[in-house]
Formats: sequence, C-alpha cells, structure tokens
Amino acid sequence: MTNILEVRGARKTFGGVIANNDISLSVPEGKIVGLIGPNGSGKTTLFNSIVGYHPIDAGSILFQGEEMSRLRVPHIARRGLLRTFQQTRVYGKMTCVQNMLASVPQSKSGWRHMFARASAADSRRADELLKFVGLFAKRNLRAGDLSFGQQKLLEFAMALMYKPTMLLLDEPTAGINPTLINGLMNRVQRVNREFGITLLVIEHNMRVIMNLAEYIYCLAHGELLAEGKPEAIQSDQRVIDAYLGAH
Amino acid sequence: MNRNGLRFGFYAVLVVVAIALPWMAPDFRTQLSFLWVMVVFALTWDLLGGQMGYNSFGNIVFFGIGMYACAVVQRDSGLSYYPGLFVGMGVGAAVAVAAAGILGSGMLGLRGHYFAIGTLGLGIAAGEIAGGWDYIGAGSGLVPPLFPGAIGGRETFFYFICLALAAMTFPTLRWLYAGRFGLVINAIRDDEDKAEAMGIATTRYKTAAWCISALFLGLIGAAAGNLIGFIDPRDVAFAGATYGVWMVLMAILGGKGTLWGPVIGAVIFHVTQELFWTYLLGWQRVALGILIVFIVVFFPLGILGWARERWPERFGHRVEETVAQPKAGQ
Repeated sequence: MTNILEVRGARKTFGGVIANNDISLSVPEGKIVGLIGPNGSGKTTLFNSIVGYHPIDAGSILFQGEEMSRLRVPHIARRGLLRTFQQTRVYGKMTCVQNMLASVPQSKSGWRHMFARASAADSRRADELLKFVGLFAKRNLRAGDLSFGQQKLLEFAMALMYKPTMLLLDEPTAGINPTLINGLMNRVQRVNREFGITLLVIEHNMRVIMNLAEYIYCLAHGELLAEGKPEAIQSDQRVIDAYLGAH
Repeated sequence: MNRNGLRFGFYAVLVVVAIALPWMAPDFRTQLSFLWVMVVFALTWDLLGGQMGYNSFGNIVFFGIGMYACAVVQRDSGLSYYPGLFVGMGVGAAVAVAAAGILGSGMLGLRGHYFAIGTLGLGIAAGEIAGGWDYIGAGSGLVPPLFPGAIGGRETFFYFICLALAAMTFPTLRWLYAGRFGLVINAIRDDEDKAEAMGIATTRYKTAAWCISALFLGLIGAAAGNLIGFIDPRDVAFAGATYGVWMVLMAILGGKGTLWGPVIGAVIFHVTQELFWTYLLGWQRVALGILIVFIVVFFPLGILGWARERWPERFGHRVEETVAQPKAGQ
C-alpha cells in the first residue's frame, strides 16, 4: 500500500508557541485516517501546514511523492489535495448551485477556461452532488441563508465537485444536529468507497471517528502522542489522560 | 407571460429611445452624452467594487490615461480627424489596460480597506504627475483637435460614440457575469481565502477584472476628452473628487453587485445632479452632498439590493420542494 500523504518531522512555531513539533504521519491511498487531540493540540495547524497556509519551519510534507511544504494554497489544491474548514466557509451571497459551479476543478486554467460557460456536464454533476448531500430543494437559496449544518453539507459537496484525490475534513460533524450525524458519516464513507477519495479527518466526536477511521493519530500539546487502530487508541491510557486533562 | 418577448421589447424600446434622444432634446446633447459616460463609470466600477468586492477609488486613473493617450495621438500622429480619433481611442484603451495589468499585479494583493486607500493614493498621484508633465501640457492642460463637422455636429457625434460605448459595456459585462468569470469574481468577493483553497488563481482573475474595467474606462475617457474639449489634469482627467467618487456612489445607489443596479443608479444620480445645477444654483454642491449622505444612510444596499433583500423569491432565491418525482408504475 503506497502512502498518498507523508508528513515527516513537521515543526511549526508561532513566536514562542510550538504548535507542531516533530510530527510524522502517513495516510495510505484510499483509506480514512483520523486525527484527534484536545483543543489547542495543533490539529488545525497541521492541516494548515499541509495545504500551504503557512510554511513549516522544519520537516517535509509529501503528497503523491511531491514536496508540498514550499507550494502555496491554490497550487496545492490544483494537485488534488483539498480541505474543508472548521468554521465552515461557503460563498454566502451566491446560490448553492453557483457555489457548486464555482468549485469545478481548476487544473486547466488557461484564458479560454477563464471565460468559459459552465458546461452542461458540470451543471448535472452539481445537481447530483446537491442531491447526494440533500440540498437539492434549496439549490437556489443563497448559501448564507442556510443553517450552519446545511452550510457544512454544502461545503462538503463543493469539495466533491472539485474531484479531489484527497480530502482533509476539519471537524465535519461539529455543530451538526446529532440525528444528522449518522447520515453524514454514511456519506463520508460512501465518498471514500465509491469516489475513491482518501480522507484525513479531524474529529472530536469519538463515536464518529472510531467508526470512520481505520487508523488514528492523536496529538497533544503540539506533539504526536499516540497512533494506532481505533481499538488500541480507545484503550490507550495516554490518550485518555490527554482528553481528561491529566497530561 | 412570455419573458423573452418582454425582454426583447424592453431592449428595443431602450435602443429606439437612446437613438432618438439627441433629436428629442437637442439642447441637452452634452448632458445626455454624459449620462452614458456615467453609465460606463458605474458599470466598470461595479465590476470590481460590486461583483468582486474590491472597492477601488482609483478607477479614475484609467479614465484619465485613456483621455490623455487619445489626445496625444490626435495631436502628434499627423492623422486627419476621424482616423486620429479612432486610433487614439484604441491607443487610449491599450495604455489603460496595460496600466491596469501592471498596477493590478501589485495593488490587488491588498485587501479590503487597504486596497481602497491604496487606489485612492493612485488617483491623486496620477493627477499630480499629469499636472507636472510638460509633454502632456502640465497644469495648463491639453486641448483635443477641433471637430471638423458642422457646428452642433460635435455634440451629436460624441453622443453616439458614448452611447455605443455604453451599449458595448453592458452586454460584455452581462456575458462575463453569466460564465465562469462571474462565478469566480463573486466567489472572491464572498470569501477569497476559500476561493484560494479551492485552487482558484485569484490574482489572475482579479487582474483580468481590472483590465476589463480599464478597457472601457480608457475608451470612454478618450471620448469624454473630446466631448469636453479641454483636458485639465485634476478637474477633468484624474478628477477623483468628482467622477472618482460619483462612480462609487452611482453603483451603490442602484445596488452594487447587480447587473442593472449601476445603470439605474447612474441615471438617477445624473438626472438629480443636473436638476440641482439647474434649480438650486449656488447650493448645488450642498444638495449633492446631502444626496450622497442620503444614499449611504438609507440605501446602503442600493435600490436593487434593497429589492432583493425584500423579495428574494422574485430574484429566484426560493426553496423548490417540487423535486421531480418518478411517475407511478416506473
């Protein structure tokens, strides 16, 4: 099994704060890997480093064998590595359909492409994906008028519209109504199985992540605390201590 | 109701009225020409300020550049009047677009208020440079060549030039907004970080948007210089305090980020302004100031923006519960 994403010894500091120290993890192609840890443990910082928001101070990040740590955000996205945001981000004044059409792959970005019309195939795909997340009836509403949970679903659909190779999901179930969480989990699994998209998921909901991920990394205080299969992580005393504040 | 028929009828009436106007109101040809200049101002400003969320106070620079470049070609090229004018307009547009490309790659890295302040500086600097540069007449300005036709022919001629430019700008922008370009610049307006995270080459789109804006501003600037007949560096070409502010106001009044908003805003603003000059002479600036305050306070979203918030379903923003159900028995 080849690793699609390899982080080796990543370190990131903000002034005197060490947000990530010597983090190494790998995500095998086609799998779902989880990233957990208490608040402030450096999960989102690691995500931001991977997708190019800020350069890392040391270490290396390889995506499909290519070094990512010196590339900027849009360039990394164009290689098929995409992320969603913890504080959901959609284009609020545009309709759901427009949000979807604005999210088509940007790999061919010539001048012709810039001024092209949205193709019929793109429109169809947008409709299908909106149906997939259950927002088809609201497709002509402005994204800013949707509830937070619906915006999360829309953001998820936008990411799928992009046809990414790998997707980083930052707390996909945070703020979502508990009855909808099962549906969302099911969709995440289908995306992995049916669309073949590799996933790295940050999640605080233990029930969700233990069911979803095949392998889990746990961060605490900016360092890698533990890694292993879900069952092993669940019973790892260090992880339990970190979550209960004993660390 | 046949929407296409209605739309066609509406455009047809608009075209007929626009063409007939110089004969319907011959005394107002200059003011009516300026109406089309204002429409182009508002539309090109809205491309950045409304659709892309980049409030530019520097668009006046491209207007002035077009105006000067055209006048210089007319003065120095040795061509006779009409070829000189049209070559000059082309050169004016080209120089304005080039300026937008060069300035854009630097300025468009700024966001929000910083971009607004930066572009404000750009307009002021351009006026000062033009006012001190002898080749283009420095502080005493530049006079475009005399119109060769009959007396009164100049106004009619430039009325149609300005009308043609406005009539080019509107459908071009409409076409752009309906495609990927429109989607992307709206995405940049709503959340530029998200757009970058979705792989969009934002700088390229932003620069292209400014160049398109500059293209039409350069053209209309070239025409306006000849229409006015005298190019003053600070009061006509790089008139940031008047035209530069008005273009913002007109777009906001009509509703920024909408297709028709800037057009409606330009018409209302221009007509109101001309009425102030006619009936409130001596107080016209005060009245204009009060109008500006009134617009910003009571119509922060503009006329169409207000209508869209009020009746979102009339603008197509509605839940469609009637998802096509499979027929029984299938």
